[in-house]
Amino acid sequence: MKAGASEKVELAHNAAGRAVPTMVNGKPQIPFLGTGKYQPRGRKVAPAICSTKDYPDSGDKRVADLETALRKCGLRDGMVISNHHHLRDGDKVALMALEAAARIGIKDLLWFPSASFPSQKGAIELMEKGVIHHIEGSMIGPLGDYCTQGKMRGMGVLRSHGGRYQAIQDGEIHIDVAVIAAPTADFFGNADGSHGKSACGSLGFALADSTYADRVIVVTDNLVSFPCVPWQIQGNNVDYVVEVESIGDAAKIVSGTTQITRSPDRLVIAELVAKFLRAAGIMKNGFSFQAGAGGIALAFVEYLKQLMKEDGVKARFVRGGSTKFLVELLREGLTDYILDGQTFDLDGVNSIAHDPRHVATSPFTSYNYHGKGNFASLVDAAVLGATEVDVNFNANTVTHSDGRLLHGIGGWQNCLFAGCTILAVPSFRDRIPVIVDEVTTMTGPGEMVDVVVTERGIAINPRRTDLLDAVKGSKLPVRPIQDIKAEVEKICGKPARPKLGARPCAVVKWVDGTVLDTVWQVG
Amino acid sequence: MRSAVETTSPRFGEAGHWGKEVRSDVHVAFEARDSGGVEISLESRVSPYYGSAILEQTREVLGELGVKHARVAIHDEGALPFVIAARIEAAAGRAGVALGKTSLPKHVPLPAPSPKDRLRRSRLYLPGSEPKYYINASLHAPDAIILDLEDSVHRGEKDAARILVRNTLRAVDFGSCERMVRINQLPLGLEDLAEVVGQSPDLILIPKTEEPEQVREVDRMIGEIKARHGVVRPIWIMPIIESALGIENAFAVATASENVAALTIGLEDYTADLGVVKTAEGRESQYARARLVNAARAAGVQAIDSVFTDVADMDGLSRWGEASRAAGFEGMGCIHPGQIRVVHEAFQPTADEIARAREVVAAFEEAQSKGLAVVSLGSKMIDPPVVQRALKLVERAKAMGVIS
Repeated sequence: MKAGASEKVELAHNAAGRAVPTMVNGKPQIPFLGTGKYQPRGRKVAPAICSTKDYPDSGDKRVADLETALRKCGLRDGMVISNHHHLRDGDKVALMALEAAARIGIKDLLWFPSASFPSQKGAIELMEKGVIHHIEGSMIGPLGDYCTQGKMRGMGVLRSHGGRYQAIQDGEIHIDVAVIAAPTADFFGNADGSHGKSACGSLGFALADSTYADRVIVVTDNLVSFPCVPWQIQGNNVDYVVEVESIGDAAKIVSGTTQITRSPDRLVIAELVAKFLRAAGIMKNGFSFQAGAGGIALAFVEYLKQLMKEDGVKARFVRGGSTKFLVELLREGLTDYILDGQTFDLDGVNSIAHDPRHVATSPFTSYNYHGKGNFASLVDAAVLGATEVDVNFNANTVTHSDGRLLHGIGGWQNCLFAGCTILAVPSFRDRIPVIVDEVTTMTGPGEMVDVVVTERGIAINPRRTDLLDAVKGSKLPVRPIQDIKAEVEKICGKPARPKLGARPCAVVKWVDGTVLDTVWQVG
Repeated sequence: MRSAVETTSPRFGEAGHWGKEVRSDVHVAFEARDSGGVEISLESRVSPYYGSAILEQTREVLGELGVKHARVAIHDEGALPFVIAARIEAAAGRAGVALGKTSLPKHVPLPAPSPKDRLRRSRLYLPGSEPKYYINASLHAPDAIILDLEDSVHRGEKDAARILVRNTLRAVDFGSCERMVRINQLPLGLEDLAEVVGQSPDLILIPKTEEPEQVREVDRMIGEIKARHGVVRPIWIMPIIESALGIENAFAVATASENVAALTIGLEDYTADLGVVKTAEGRESQYARARLVNAARAAGVQAIDSVFTDVADMDGLSRWGEASRAAGFEGMGCIHPGQIRVVHEAFQPTADEIARAREVVAAFEEAQSKGLAVVSLGSKMIDPPVVQRALKLVERAKAMGVIS
């Protein structure tokens, strides 16, 4: 494996004006060309042809343990090993697999999770020991911190959920071994996420891994007799099945109850978002929306529900991450469908398991930019968060203003393609302004961000004259974004701009695989 | 003259709060010294952005306080500048230096002066020692905010809270909210007045008021301080009646000064004084509340109700508020922003009342234009008090934003 960050890095300025490396981990990169400007050529990649003669006629692909499975998969130094993050902070399988690799003496793995979480901080030790070379995937919390301290040997690559699917299908990254945690599976490898003691709902993030990896291992703590019905992962893509005591900590996989924000100030934001959708005419019969699982987004759903009832409006579909608040919309007939990418709480898991109107989706259907369309652009409104947004509506979701990498991109970039993209953010947190002159890291270009809703007012992107006209005459506090920024700076004082290092330690990919921005080493 | 021991021993004071759970506050440990200049240490969760600004501000504040030698240790949790200044001043004061000196933060423009009978449906309580609640309080659109120096502030924190509230009145933009301060019981309350009146609060609440003399004393003190600071805008008074004797004297209290704009009642203390249990229905305080409304109306001031303490029970709050309005109260206190909307709805006239009042007003205007002394609606003659009430109701409904 070639070293990334330790080499002298050549930088280019991309169409967003950001300096980005032209080579990442030994691979040449295309700097961001502008939205919709990059035209890919060629064909998608495909896994090798297999033959059923190499698999047992009985269908029983079980092996004793993960170590055996990894050996049989031919795991070697420098390979790419992947995991999904549907078990979120409760996942035990990723570390189990990486530690098994360590025991058989493997070095320099590229770990390619769909996201990594604080409970996986054990991966730091594996990086120190040389088992993992670097991580490509969202790094939430301690792993992100480790990356921006410049301690990772390779460069981090941050992709959206759709971007990860795109990178796999386009052959930007080739998965040697995929290890898929499965809340329920049979010995053939059919697997499902909605049942079992570690149920997590959808398994959509593992779809690309299961179809494009050379070797696929399913790890389950709930082995059922063939057939496992329904199956989200097809056993026909699976090489080995490993049974373990537990794939995750149920309490941390889904929350028993999802909490709406109790902060009165955050509730002000949530209510303004709902009122905006009504005033702008977006909330009408047959409309659709997507809201995340953050406290403000959840509260927004509750306010919107009230307004929908008052006006007698029904949605055709809503997009998850699902929570009990979306499930209630479904049960009360306020939406026909939930199209669900991931499932955040027990109500969501029960609903997706039992209600045919609650449908599991994958990054392929929802987000992949190199496809024949995707669901994201069909959604009328997406309500998202951000760590920073600048006066040109560019937004940051991955780093804090001090440059530390602490969050992932998730589906955020993909959701920017919705009819109306709304960032619901407080105007400052702990004295630190959220609206800034220039974002520390650009996760999304401002031309794709339509509205910023803060507790101090609503800023509409001047490009969206239609939205500005639509809410004219409403009582909503619509103000120029510079105005809100100026008010906040009057309260907080103008913040100093923290000095960032000159060494790139991660890149942010745009949905088409081009490089949108660089995350620099801190301190 | 100080003894040798006193001058060489460290004089130490601390103020404010820090820790993982604390937001928007700062802890200042201040050690007065006799030599060696000023030494400042800073730990802050916002230091990459505001570290140098905080150090610079600290030196400025110490300069204004006339401190030349001290060790100051600051643990900041994202406090805004007016809070930082207040905490440094309080810590220095507790270390026994800079007494009588102040460091005032930048002034935001004062809102328009408060009319005596302005809309007072809701007043949101903000504890005088919790700065995190101040900056966004007006976003919840109460008619008033009330910076509390009394029950929500620990006895040992009164001095620091007083300075914080003073700075808050000066530096925080509360939008169109009326800015009220609840002082402590006299005589401690007089020290509160000395600190806050110069910053033009719109109204002072006097707790545990029983005698008109208490009101007169506060009024006198406010007048003196206003004159000293050149404050000309009105500062209204709202006595809080919280005892059986207070209820007996309600009319005398309400008429003790023409600056009394409203009377209000504190039911926790009142029921304790009576030795009865305070219930959600409030039957035990029916007499007191009716008596208070009557005294207030007789004195020509507003009657304002107590607070509803169960912040989770919105239905109970709504019922309480509606009953309160029906009994003649014009507003009540809120201890959580979530209560404000419910209270506003409860104190809002019904659509029928508004429609009826508008008919009366239209008839009155028609009579005026025809030069008629008698107002009639259909076959009925309308008495002047009814006209007056209708005019007031329409004006209030406009102020509430119910009609345009």
